[in-house]
Amino acid sequence: MDVKHINAFIDSTVNVIKTMAFVDPIAGKPYVKTDNTAHGDVTGIIGLTGSMRGSLAVTFTEGCIRKIVSNMLGEEFTSITDEIKDAVGEITNMISGDARKRLQYEGLTITAAIPTVVSGKGHVISHVLSGPSVIIPFSTDNGSFVVDVCIV
Amino acid sequence: MSKKSAAILVVDDNESMRTMIRKVLERAGYQDIVSTYDGTPALKIVKSRRIDLIISDWNMFGMTGIELLKKVRADRDIGQTPFLMLTVEGLEVSRDEAFAHGVSDFISKPFKSRDLLEAIERVLEAAPEKNGFSKKGD
Repeated sequence: MDVKHINAFIDSTVNVIKTMAFVDPIAGKPYVKTDNTAHGDVTGIIGLTGSMRGSLAVTFTEGCIRKIVSNMLGEEFTSITDEIKDAVGEITNMISGDARKRLQYEGLTITAAIPTVVSGKGHVISHVLSGPSVIIPFSTDNGSFVVDVCIV
Repeated sequence: MSKKSAAILVVDDNESMRTMIRKVLERAGYQDIVSTYDGTPALKIVKSRRIDLIISDWNMFGMTGIELLKKVRADRDIGQTPFLMLTVEGLEVSRDEAFAHGVSDFISKPFKSRDLLEAIERVLEAAPEKNGFSKKGD
């Protein structure tokens, strides 16, 4: 995957989390992941087609997503509820949309499906493609999350 | 009646987004807010009661936002209803399509609360004066 494409996902993730939840995520160094185990407690996954195809997954640790959704909705969450899962789907959708808009300026036209959400300790991420994915780790004051991109 | 008495319909298939938009509107003083999950129930609502502004997502499981926009604009009774598209579909081609079908304004997600409220004010200000709320402010 081109570095410019990875940067689009990094910038979009920071923009979405900062704009919607007033949380400043710090991006770490991207690396290649070869298994399908999630690095957190709840994941939003969305399929991508067009100039690039594959899928984008965003996996949050519980503390991190509770803080993000608490800020978004203006109420405190003490566990991963259906409302949090719903918000994870929408956050994934927004990161995908913002990244697709940025990639449009690189000449790429990408469309997205409707996101799905999976949760639970040690849950598995089923990407559309079977190859390795690029993990972009993020840290926040309330825990970590990762953006997992598997596209060709 | 003030602008804050405007009846606003929020259409989004994501419950957390409906909740978030409702809270933004309530904090700004809007009180008459109804919400639903896609274009089909939204159309029934617009036809059954006074709605001064529709805020709609684009991609939804059932009737999409662009389909809802087309149906509203094609209806003689509700065709002038202000319509704000609030969507992740920020591509130029999507904006162009929405404006070609008569959307009043278009906001990309993610959005700042302030930007949404300013767009609502603009759209209500520009709306045909038929719904009873004053354009003179609060």
